[in-house]
Amino acid sequence: MNTLDYLVLLGVLLGIAAYGMWHTRGKRDLRTYVRGASNTHWLTIGISVMATQASAVTFLSTPGQGFESGLGFVQNYFGAPLALIVIAVVFLPIYRRLNVYTAYEYLGKRFDSKTRLLGAGLFLIQRGLGAGITIYAPAIVLSTVMGWRLDVTIICSGLLVVGYTVTGGSPAVNLTQKYQVGVIFVGMVAAFFVLLSKLPAGLGFADALTVAGGFHKLEAVDFSLNPDRRYTVWTGVLGGMFLALSYFGTDQSQVQRYLAGASLRESRLGLMFNAVFKIPMQFFILLLGVMVFVFYQFERPPVFFNQTAWHREAARDDSGRLRALEENFNSAHADKELALKAWVEARHVGDKAAADTARADALAAQGRAEAARAGTKAFLKSADARISGSDSDYVFITFILGYLPHGLIGLLVAAFFAATFSSKAGELNALGASTTIDFYRHVVRRDAEDAHYVKASKWFTALWGLVAIGFALFANLVENLIQATNIIGSVFYGVVLGLFLTAFFLRRIGGTAVFWGAVSAQLLVFALYASLSISYLWYNIIGCAACMLFSAVIQAFLPRSAPMDTSNASS
Amino acid sequence: MSHPPPPLPKDELTGLPGLKTWPGVYALVLAVFVLWVALLAWLTFRYS
Repeated sequence: MNTLDYLVLLGVLLGIAAYGMWHTRGKRDLRTYVRGASNTHWLTIGISVMATQASAVTFLSTPGQGFESGLGFVQNYFGAPLALIVIAVVFLPIYRRLNVYTAYEYLGKRFDSKTRLLGAGLFLIQRGLGAGITIYAPAIVLSTVMGWRLDVTIICSGLLVVGYTVTGGSPAVNLTQKYQVGVIFVGMVAAFFVLLSKLPAGLGFADALTVAGGFHKLEAVDFSLNPDRRYTVWTGVLGGMFLALSYFGTDQSQVQRYLAGASLRESRLGLMFNAVFKIPMQFFILLLGVMVFVFYQFERPPVFFNQTAWHREAARDDSGRLRALEENFNSAHADKELALKAWVEARHVGDKAAADTARADALAAQGRAEAARAGTKAFLKSADARISGSDSDYVFITFILGYLPHGLIGLLVAAFFAATFSSKAGELNALGASTTIDFYRHVVRRDAEDAHYVKASKWFTALWGLVAIGFALFANLVENLIQATNIIGSVFYGVVLGLFLTAFFLRRIGGTAVFWGAVSAQLLVFALYASLSISYLWYNIIGCAACMLFSAVIQAFLPRSAPMDTSNASS
Repeated sequence: MSHPPPPLPKDELTGLPGLKTWPGVYALVLAVFVLWVALLAWLTFRYS
């Protein structure tokens, strides 16, 4: 990065944060601070929901997934449109009718106080853990490749987002997210077109797709029924729907975003905006990663994309093993490049036999290159257990720093930080709101003025920000950052969703039954996660079904509670 | 003589041109979803 890049980076990030703080200064009433301005437009809500969900992990790690495994990860999002429709039809009208600040307030009205605290507590645990990853994930990657200090990167970026979230509350989060998403969108689209322009002369977009398909990178859908396959249409539609139902329907960081709508209509349209654009957005980011893969078929990539770790270990490696693996990789890559060029040429002239031969040669060379990469990863992992065996999180940033023009590099790095901030701000805002509304106002102090709760909310938001920064400072790198976020979510979300679905659809079940049903279901999910190797998406269904089933069984042994009508209740 | 139907409550109006009811909006969203899955399936089979 040069001076221009740093100017773009700092100008964009500080400018958006300062504007957010200035524009939303002096928000004093609790409703506005927690739920946002009462005139929030559906597009603002739609963008805010999208920005909260898509963190920097999405934009750094997902292209790496596309590079490594192709488009299959897009299936993870197949359940989202279905879930968002269910939320718009069932969840949203209830939340709005009850005029709640948090989703867990509804559990208190429908069941009892302990169930509300359980729901809020599960949210705080899993979101608190996830919040650490949100801030740590981009920091570890960016600090490694830029040579910045990791702790300084985490603290500076963390304090900036804590600053404007505490000062402006929900209105500041919604406002800044709009501009941050704009920066992300412009940066990613620009990167895509620059990438296409850097493909070899004569290799069009259709050829690039053919090359990617030749290496099985365009297998977007998999109808396999094998439960060990992590991403299939079925895990995506079923598991993904339950994950999305839990996340968008019961996670306060999302509920708070769409409750900001001026009316039920604005909130619904904001959700439908995401239902339409979620899959294409994820597809585009994965396709970007696939195109980076194609680019690196004609441009020699490093054998291991975390070059800082590779160089450090290579300097220590007296056996010369790492250098030997690199030579094998380079030799295989050179053979592959020749074979690929021959393949594309043979296809252009319509020589099928030559094309088939060249493709077989390319796949054989790819096998050798992958073997050298696997050997390198294993060597690095054995030399230093802190080095992740997966370097896919470093793929996109390595491409950006190596091949994009200055100015655009600064914009892309700003986009990664903007994504961190937008997601982090939504999470902190929700953590602070839930702690204030569900615990402090509900348990500790019930009858204070609005100003007191706004002040408390600011303190709790700041406290959660410091917890997230602390967690990020002491976290270790996990195998793949985006998967870690989803796995944490899946382990907890199913049970929380079970609480809400029981509340909506099993009207005879009371608070005590659902409380112990949820606790039992959560313990079951922990036990299964520790002992099975099934796709983590299934835990959303298992947790939800177990919670509802256990609640019904426990209720059968308790005095029957009268069905509760919450349709006319008010907060 | 037929009377015009009573106006829908404010929240029941979608405000979208050509899509006056929420079931219509949801049907459109579902159609877009099915279209995306079909396109991705085509991409998979075309380039595999």
